[in-house]
Amino acid sequence: MPVFDKDGAQVWRLRTPREKLIRLGGWLIGLVIFAICWQRISEATTWFFVWDAPRIANDIWTRATPPRWEYITQLGRPIWDTLNIATLGTIIALFLAVPVAFLAARNTTPSKLFIRPIALLIIVSTRSINSLIWALLLIAIIGPGVFAGVVAIAIRSIGFCAKLLYEAIEEIDHAQVEAITATGASRWQVMAYGIVPQIMPAFAGVAVFRWDINIRESTVLGLVGAGGIGLQLSASLNVLAWPQVSLILLVILAAVVISEWVSAKVRGAII
Amino acid sequence: MSHRELDDMLGKGWRKPHFVKSPLLRWGLTLGFLAYLGAAYLTIEIDWGRVYAGLDRGWQFVLSFTRPDFISRAGDIWGGLLESIVMTVAASVVGIAISIPIGLGAARNVAPLPVYVICRGIVAVSRALQEIIVAILLVAIFGFGPLAGFLTLSFATIGFLSKLLAEDIEAMDKVQAEAIRASGARWMQWINYGVQPQVMPRLVGLSMYRIDINFRESAILGLVGAGGIGATLNTAFDRYEYDTAAAILILIIGIVMALEYLSGVIRARVQ
Repeated sequence: MPVFDKDGAQVWRLRTPREKLIRLGGWLIGLVIFAICWQRISEATTWFFVWDAPRIANDIWTRATPPRWEYITQLGRPIWDTLNIATLGTIIALFLAVPVAFLAARNTTPSKLFIRPIALLIIVSTRSINSLIWALLLIAIIGPGVFAGVVAIAIRSIGFCAKLLYEAIEEIDHAQVEAITATGASRWQVMAYGIVPQIMPAFAGVAVFRWDINIRESTVLGLVGAGGIGLQLSASLNVLAWPQVSLILLVILAAVVISEWVSAKVRGAII
Repeated sequence: MSHRELDDMLGKGWRKPHFVKSPLLRWGLTLGFLAYLGAAYLTIEIDWGRVYAGLDRGWQFVLSFTRPDFISRAGDIWGGLLESIVMTVAASVVGIAISIPIGLGAARNVAPLPVYVICRGIVAVSRALQEIIVAILLVAIFGFGPLAGFLTLSFATIGFLSKLLAEDIEAMDKVQAEAIRASGARWMQWINYGVQPQVMPRLVGLSMYRIDINFRESAILGLVGAGGIGATLNTAFDRYEYDTAAAILILIIGIVMALEYLSGVIRARVQ
């Protein structure tokens, strides 16, 4: 704690002069980096468009309001598709994530040296690539449509679910597992009666949580052609039908809010 | 468990308790779920012939990960990657800087009610809109280029960080803050010495996490013309240049892993 003598009185300061200097230097370096980044963005920007932006925004707003309410009759099927993409994708992801999680958790993995790193690699690589990129890829491979969206959401969710699950598995109470082992249970019986009941609440929580996120993500998958309401959004944007765009955005907003509400309720009931 | 119940259970075999206790709810959920699955399966159109035909191409893609091509499109890859990083850094700095006052405003124990309502409103709007939709609108308003991406990521950062920061401030220890206030500190000093030290570790951790997310998101903003590596990736998929696409994906995964490792180190040091 730096306390200095100043004219015989003791004065307290938060940091020593040296610490202050180091901090100042750090801030300065950060500022320089930010300035360089801003410089690059600024170079790549057409500033004329930016100065014009308020007028354009106003123009789009007047075109987009009021929303074309009668268009909602055509949105039933896309919404159903979006729901299916999110739900089926989550279910497939959970089926795949459970084994990965068991292989990745320190206390259940068969081999810490070989299998655990592979499982962790699967988790990281599926998690770090956005579902839109997976969708792009899958459309190139299996063709556009709802199925590509389902698979994209499933692959993207594996990493997320497996990560949260294996952390839950690593935190289980070991005494219960030992008690089951002491009764002479086999490896699988230990899993079914010692580990699974302990991670069941976490599993249900993760499932609902991810489903909520997937509803959000599946609403925009159609932008690249993977089905759902995003297809309508993309089509409306392409023909500059702004009243339809605003209606679709409202529907997406409602879907996101409802799914978040459902997920919060279910998680509240579980935990 | 009372003695009565124990007596009843004596001599009977043990059955595993069900996860959902009420049988009516359990069977209702199961039946509803099965009915939904059936309906979803019937309405989804899967062209298995097309899927089968695409498997070959999928295998080509998997193989291309063994021989990623960093060279032939090196200029585009580095340009796009640099733009993504620049966007991430600038947007994280601006987003974090703005989300601190909004986070303070959205904490009920710091801000008065009108400020609280406004700040919570900003947070709710920012969280409800997905990055890609915000990016589409901003590209329409500000024109193509990294500026739209930068604004999108800043906006998304505000919603994420302000909400979590506000929750952390609301959960802080009142005693410390009160002690600072009792010493006659002004509002600014109270925030600086009473509140800030308590929430700083979490703020740093969350900021690191958000930088990680911003980088991942910046990889897809290019799909709608908001700058970054996404445009290059999209072109690579469209031209079926899987080697280049694999190289880009490997770079993204590598950077995300590095960021995750870095944030782990920083978080461990701060806490």
